[in-house]
Amino acid sequence: MSYVRPKFRHPALPTNKLGYTVDYYEGSLSTLCAGCGHDSISASVIQAAFELNIEPHRLAKLSGIGCSSKTPAYFLSNSHGFNSVHGRMPSVATGANLANRDLIYFGVSGDGDTASIGMGQFVHVVRRNLNMVYVVMNNGCYGLTKGQDSATADLGSKNKSGQVNPFESIDLASLAIELGATFVAQSFSGDKAQLIPLMKAAIMHPGFAFINVISPCVTFNNNVGSTKSYDYVREHVEATATIDFVPEMKEITANYKEGSVEKVKMHDGSFIQLNKLAKDWDPLDKRSAVNAMMNAKEKGEILTGLLYMNPETKDLHHTINSTEKPLNTLSAKDLCPGSEMLKDINAEFR
Amino acid sequence: MSSSTKSTGSNGSAIKNSGINNFVVRFANVNGTGSASANHLFTKAIFRMGIPVTPKNIFPSNIQGLPTWYEVRVSEKGYLGRREGIDLLVAVNPQSMKADIASVRPGGYLLYDSSKKLNEEYLRSDIHYIGIPLMDMCNENYSDPRQRQLFKNIIYVGALAALFAIEFEVLEGLLADQFKGKEKLIPANVKALQLGGDYIRENFKYPLDMRVERRELLKDSILMDGNSACGLGAVYGGASVAAWYPITPSTSVVEAFMDYSATLRLDKETGKRKVAIVQAEDELAAIGMVIGAGWNGARSFTATSGPGVSLMNEFLGLAYFAEIPAVLIDVQRTGPSTGMPTRTQQSDVMEAAYASHGDTKHVLLFPSTPKECFDMTADAFDLAEELQTPIIVMTDLDLGMNDHISAPLQWDDKREYKRGKVLNAEQLEKIERFGRYKDVDNDGIPYRTYPGTHPTKGSYFTRGTSRDEYAVYTEDGNAYKKNMDRLMKKWETSKTMVHKPELYQEKNSSENGVLFFGTSAYSVEEAMDDLKLQGITLDALRIRSFPFNKTVEEFITSHKKVFVIEQNRDAQMKSIISIELQVDPNKLISILNYDGLPITAHHIALEIVKNLFTNKKVK
Repeated sequence: MSYVRPKFRHPALPTNKLGYTVDYYEGSLSTLCAGCGHDSISASVIQAAFELNIEPHRLAKLSGIGCSSKTPAYFLSNSHGFNSVHGRMPSVATGANLANRDLIYFGVSGDGDTASIGMGQFVHVVRRNLNMVYVVMNNGCYGLTKGQDSATADLGSKNKSGQVNPFESIDLASLAIELGATFVAQSFSGDKAQLIPLMKAAIMHPGFAFINVISPCVTFNNNVGSTKSYDYVREHVEATATIDFVPEMKEITANYKEGSVEKVKMHDGSFIQLNKLAKDWDPLDKRSAVNAMMNAKEKGEILTGLLYMNPETKDLHHTINSTEKPLNTLSAKDLCPGSEMLKDINAEFR
Repeated sequence: MSSSTKSTGSNGSAIKNSGINNFVVRFANVNGTGSASANHLFTKAIFRMGIPVTPKNIFPSNIQGLPTWYEVRVSEKGYLGRREGIDLLVAVNPQSMKADIASVRPGGYLLYDSSKKLNEEYLRSDIHYIGIPLMDMCNENYSDPRQRQLFKNIIYVGALAALFAIEFEVLEGLLADQFKGKEKLIPANVKALQLGGDYIRENFKYPLDMRVERRELLKDSILMDGNSACGLGAVYGGASVAAWYPITPSTSVVEAFMDYSATLRLDKETGKRKVAIVQAEDELAAIGMVIGAGWNGARSFTATSGPGVSLMNEFLGLAYFAEIPAVLIDVQRTGPSTGMPTRTQQSDVMEAAYASHGDTKHVLLFPSTPKECFDMTADAFDLAEELQTPIIVMTDLDLGMNDHISAPLQWDDKREYKRGKVLNAEQLEKIERFGRYKDVDNDGIPYRTYPGTHPTKGSYFTRGTSRDEYAVYTEDGNAYKKNMDRLMKKWETSKTMVHKPELYQEKNSSENGVLFFGTSAYSVEEAMDDLKLQGITLDALRIRSFPFNKTVEEFITSHKKVFVIEQNRDAQMKSIISIELQVDPNKLISILNYDGLPITAHHIALEIVKNLFTNKKVK
């Protein structure tokens, strides 16, 4: 168990616009190992939802199976949760979103869940541009079954028993860009300062938003020789541009020098503010982002930050031209054509 | 006429087992040559003359080039199961000619293309040959190669119309309906029909004494395929989300849903659709989407066949255990594995009933007619939401892809969708603590909430792992057991909600009985009549759902022997009956058919007679 959380909360905790304190966004106590990177990610979700003034019950959290997929229990206890089957969270999220487009869909997955059994569903949910946040808590190993390599374990990385992974890894962030994801970010669970604004921007993105978070497994993959250990990641992480998420109507003036800030306007009028934009690529240009990813890989770096986004995206509901009103609110009057129409239909079969 | 075999048979020949409104015609075509619509024209014309008729497509798992057959049975008595024996064969596929000719009953007819002389080896002395130079006529009258191919089919329909005395006005009416909006195409088709008819009139005695005569036997019946009826049932049943992956023979279920939704679910003001239909990447994703939508309060469904159900197993177990409404239409085909994808069977019964690992049971519905496909699909959405569980509608290729005469579809406008136990924000306010898996009403069915209902009450975690009444994860054995027992109680409750069996008897009097389900119904009815003529009377009960209504148990208990008729090798329904009911399994005798074609009355009657007369002491 990670930590024991005291029930006491300081009475003067700040509240957000809705009048909630941050503890309102917490979940049940984590049962993951103490120091698990996934718990830091859960904390970032909590903070992002708090800062975005999200009503928790308007967010649905979905996951597959694995350590990562347990985490939705540990944040936003007033949200409905769906712990589905291994790797098949994307289809459940798709169905849920089709039924009610008005909620926020927050999917959590792991590298085993997404890069192996769930690869098929992952690529198709990207392709359909489902309006959801898809977070992979990526530790390069199977924690629940005690440390086997996953498909994102790097070539040459050593697992806990000292075996060297002989296979090329699957780079989920690059793959997501290739597949047409309209928001792709990468981060490190130990860098909440970067992760929280990324989460906020992902939630506000009106299409498929993917965040691959390197989240070291303290128990089974934090050893010397592992390329997803805390030490290794800290040494090789290369932040791209740091971003701020600036809510609608509350624009703040950046402290950076002129020319080093780029603002991307979101659909609802809010901004993503890219600070100290890296020189060698433009996150609004897909080719440029792919090049940057490839260059980083060649240098043995883990590139983090907002890698690519298309703010003008149209989601699945737009593609299939479904009604603005959530389908789960339609009544028999909306849905049933009635007996008179059936008479005409019968006539066609005579 | 050049053919040496011309007019060897005609009016006046001795015809066995045939006559007015009582014969079987089989068309042997090449897949992909446009014969389907011509053959359908023939069937529909007989239907419109008020005569019971049933067509069967017997087609290969192939798009083009392989032999395909279309069999039409005409039955004054209204027997609409498949019947063995071909009275007239339209043989226009050289590839299958030898077998086609061999399949005609002695005294029967063979209609063939006499543009080329028929090979000596194809000559039989006990059948009549009707040679029509179809290709020559097409070459003479049409210049376009595609037209030549298409009109060849229409010409033989014209010839058949003359041979069987089908009213020409009826055919013209059908063409007018078929080409509504494309009226230019009508004259060429009429001309082709006339070419065929004229050729018969000029060269043969006609009509045959095996022919049709107008009747008023069908009243307001319709001629419809089960898959269209299921698709329409989903529209009327209020499905707003459909996710699917194409697989024969279920594909046309969702295609029909899509077609009907295009007009019936269009919001005319906004031009937007009151439906979401997604072709998934596979069956796993299809059922996952259905479950996601069901969890979130939309009526959702998918359609598939055996191999698809295999892939959906894991998710079906989740939906059962997590208690999420879902509707699945299983149009069964011949298994196991890829089996014979375009042939019919009832071999998914066991798979569907217990889909997924662990102690899992699913509610199954067994329609027999297009009307029941419509009704049961619509009902399935009510049942799924009331019971919060997957409901599987079990049809088969025969019912799904063939046209069947059916009572017209009906809808009661007063009917309201039964949405089951769903709590809204107001109701949640009054509850101190919401227990998602709590048996409040002592019927095994808990209350649920849709995501987004209330800021602080009603949220819960849906999961496939064990949990307590409040949806909190637990590995406590007692909590697990309590939950499983509640699910069993729900199963008992479902027995009172599913479709009751239908009894085919005047009184519960005969010594022995027959149990059957689905499309076997067509042949069972006929077999029972045939047996009655032989002095054997049997009570018959048609099972319409699983779990079984108590009537099924009573039926078995009250008869000495019960024949269980099914279209699979392993007697799957019999096995389930033996597992689920407190009956003596030795009483149950299987009558099985699993060659991929619909079971026939002859087969059923013969097997019953064989059994009864070799076991005299029981009788």
